[in-house]
Amino acid sequence: MTQTPHISVQHLNVHIGAQHILKDININIPDKKVTSIIGPSGCGKTTLLKSFNRLWDNTADVKITGKVLVDNEDIYAPNAEVTHIRKKMGLLSQRPYPLPMSIYDNVAYGPRIHGIRKKQVLDELVEEQLKATGLWNEVKDRLNASATRLSIGQQQRLCLARGLAVGPEIILGDESTSALDPVSTAIIEDLFISLKEKYSIVLVTHILRQARRVSDYIIFVYMGKIIEFGPTEEVLLNPKEELTKEYVKGYIS
Amino acid sequence: MKGRKLEELFFRVLMVLATILVAGSFFLIVGTVFFKGFHYMNLDMITKTPGGGFYIGKEGGVLNAIVGSFYVAGGATILGLLVSIPVAIFINLYMDGKRFLSNTIRMAFDVLFGIPSIVYGAFGFLIMVYFGIRASLLGGIIAVTLLVIPILVRTLDEVIRTVPFELRDAALSLGSTRWETAKVVLRQIRPGIFTAILLSFGRAIGDVASVLFTAGFSDNVPTSLHEPAATLPLAIFFQLGSPVEEVQGRGYASALILTIIVLIITILSDILIKKFSKHKI
Amino acid sequence: MNFRLLKDKILSKLMLVFTLASVSLLVIIGIGLYYKSIPIIHRLSWGELITSSIWKPLKGLFGFFPFIMGTLWVTAIAIIIALPLCLLTALYIVEYAPVRVKRILTPFVNLLSGIPPVIFGVWGVLFIIPLIQIYIAPHFVEFSTGYSVLAGGIVLAVMIFPLIVSIISEVLRTIPQELKDASLSLGATKWETIKKVILRKALPGIIAAAVLAISRAFGETIAVLMVCGNNAVVPHSVFDPGYPLPALIANNYGEMLSIPLYDSALMFAALLLFIIILLFNIISRVILARLERKLAA
Repeated sequence: MTQTPHISVQHLNVHIGAQHILKDININIPDKKVTSIIGPSGCGKTTLLKSFNRLWDNTADVKITGKVLVDNEDIYAPNAEVTHIRKKMGLLSQRPYPLPMSIYDNVAYGPRIHGIRKKQVLDELVEEQLKATGLWNEVKDRLNASATRLSIGQQQRLCLARGLAVGPEIILGDESTSALDPVSTAIIEDLFISLKEKYSIVLVTHILRQARRVSDYIIFVYMGKIIEFGPTEEVLLNPKEELTKEYVKGYIS
Repeated sequence: MKGRKLEELFFRVLMVLATILVAGSFFLIVGTVFFKGFHYMNLDMITKTPGGGFYIGKEGGVLNAIVGSFYVAGGATILGLLVSIPVAIFINLYMDGKRFLSNTIRMAFDVLFGIPSIVYGAFGFLIMVYFGIRASLLGGIIAVTLLVIPILVRTLDEVIRTVPFELRDAALSLGSTRWETAKVVLRQIRPGIFTAILLSFGRAIGDVASVLFTAGFSDNVPTSLHEPAATLPLAIFFQLGSPVEEVQGRGYASALILTIIVLIITILSDILIKKFSKHKI
Repeated sequence: MNFRLLKDKILSKLMLVFTLASVSLLVIIGIGLYYKSIPIIHRLSWGELITSSIWKPLKGLFGFFPFIMGTLWVTAIAIIIALPLCLLTALYIVEYAPVRVKRILTPFVNLLSGIPPVIFGVWGVLFIIPLIQIYIAPHFVEFSTGYSVLAGGIVLAVMIFPLIVSIISEVLRTIPQELKDASLSLGATKWETIKKVILRKALPGIIAAAVLAISRAFGETIAVLMVCGNNAVVPHSVFDPGYPLPALIANNYGEMLSIPLYDSALMFAALLLFIIILLFNIISRVILARLERKLAA
């Protein structure tokens, strides 16, 4: 934990309506590692993840205070530019949500929005990202088919390719395998592990074994507070806090 | 980068302008009617029938049309309820396991809802000719009843569907018959029934095309179902066509009266809907 | 016990009868109108009735072409004005407006839908007619009374605002937030997300709303009748008067039984309206039902 953090959260508080969802969160997410956020359902895991790329902006009744520094830039600063921030982070949600267009257009969607028009460049980008997610051989003959025709597992990998195509630095995964079959889950998990060479990855998961398989660090959140943060083996095998111990043993769920 | 922001801003402004125009058109209409009608408004309008004929007489008011409208809209709503409550109950409680059929029936009512009132008027006229009924209060009520049945069924159906399945199942598992369950459900949706009544009444009182052939027109307050009856919308339409300025003015005042009545009904039903949904959630 | 069951059974049969009777209204109306139209269809044939422009009831000549064109002009103008405005409004209400603004806006759309047609007509006469006559028409044509298909179209457009706004808003609300998030997290702006994702996904719903609005506009009678001039000639510009089908029926019902075949002609007009609107309604309802089922799955 000596390297500089990629995301640094300082005194983050999130209220939704009258509820205080996240309470004074302080955390440094390390660079080029996989960090998993674990905790019982309803503890604020997803809320925390979504506050990293300001996806709460569009929800009414949400109040956010504190700082989230990405590359030392506060994304909640009044002059921060939201599309620029979001471009830095790829989001992989619980279920795959392919955009209503072809496989090719799904991957090319982001680059096009950010001004890449040349067909050749787009072609290369699409191929590169589909290869990175292991989808290329499965779809190269039907790039113009609708993305919704793919299987759920393929769709999720397509969504990952789509996110990678805008050249992010960080990948956010919100229980990204919870809707998938075991084979697809294994593929996605392997992808995460291989992708951490280039990206910092933050995952929300409620499966402890998955957290243990893929992550280098673990954040344990309970009732809107961070209880414990540390290297995976330490948190899961030798938790310092009583609450973490109980959760890891399965007493709290 | 700049171009993207500019495009976003451009369309945002466009959206706000469109919204102002759409929501503002309400004020424009009500404002125009108030502005013009207020000038001609007086107590006679709502207490007296027209003097010297509705088309040329300069005296009196439109009491005949106000009363006629309430008769027609009220009669049609009551008749409509008698038909649509059983229908809504039947679709929801007696057609378990026949999803396709009940959805087809729902769609049929959606389509009936889309049939314009002039077609209901024309069809009502055919019925009257067939049964030998002359243009009268009764004829008007029949035509308007046809018009409001789809409105009532759709609204009641929607309301009944908000009743939790558990309640129905609870009643059924106590050994109630479906009809006894229906009574429980009906009690549960009473505010919803009022909403449906208001919606139907509001539509009925404002419609012209359905009563045009069927209700006739008269300067007197109708005293029986077989007499012709005036209605407010029709009175507005006829009075505006008059060459006499005072009569036209009465038309504008009548428009004001109708607008006020309808606004009150709409606001009431809005409040009821809000209250009802608050109860449920 | 037996009595209770019997009661339930009898009532269930009774309700079935009510339900079937009111649903079959759809068929009965069609049959009734067709039955009454038979004399004129026999005399002149469908083709001639629809394509002929000559309307001389006293000579037994009934050409509905001017009325059909009048209806089409008015409806087209209305939908051209209303659809873009309502789409923008629905997008604003669903995607942009703060909760407080939303809460204020919704009742107005509701109130607008409650205003009776005849009031729209009065407003058209008082506001739109002078507007066209004095401020708009002089820029384009030498003279216009204001009573024109344009006036009819504008009044109709305002009348169908609430219908289009409420259907499109409902469709927009069914689009999952996650799909919007997917586009946003790629760095798309909100408008880009709307343009490339939301509108594409909502397209069937928007089409259904338009079709439903068209069929509503087709049948609207009194408001249009009051402002569009009612001249049985095919309009050639938006400032020409027109004579839509519903206005034809409403204006002439008084003489219906005095001129031979006239009642049959007017019922034929009603039949035309009925058929067109029936088709349009079924099309849009099927689209909407499919959409709902797809999103529920």
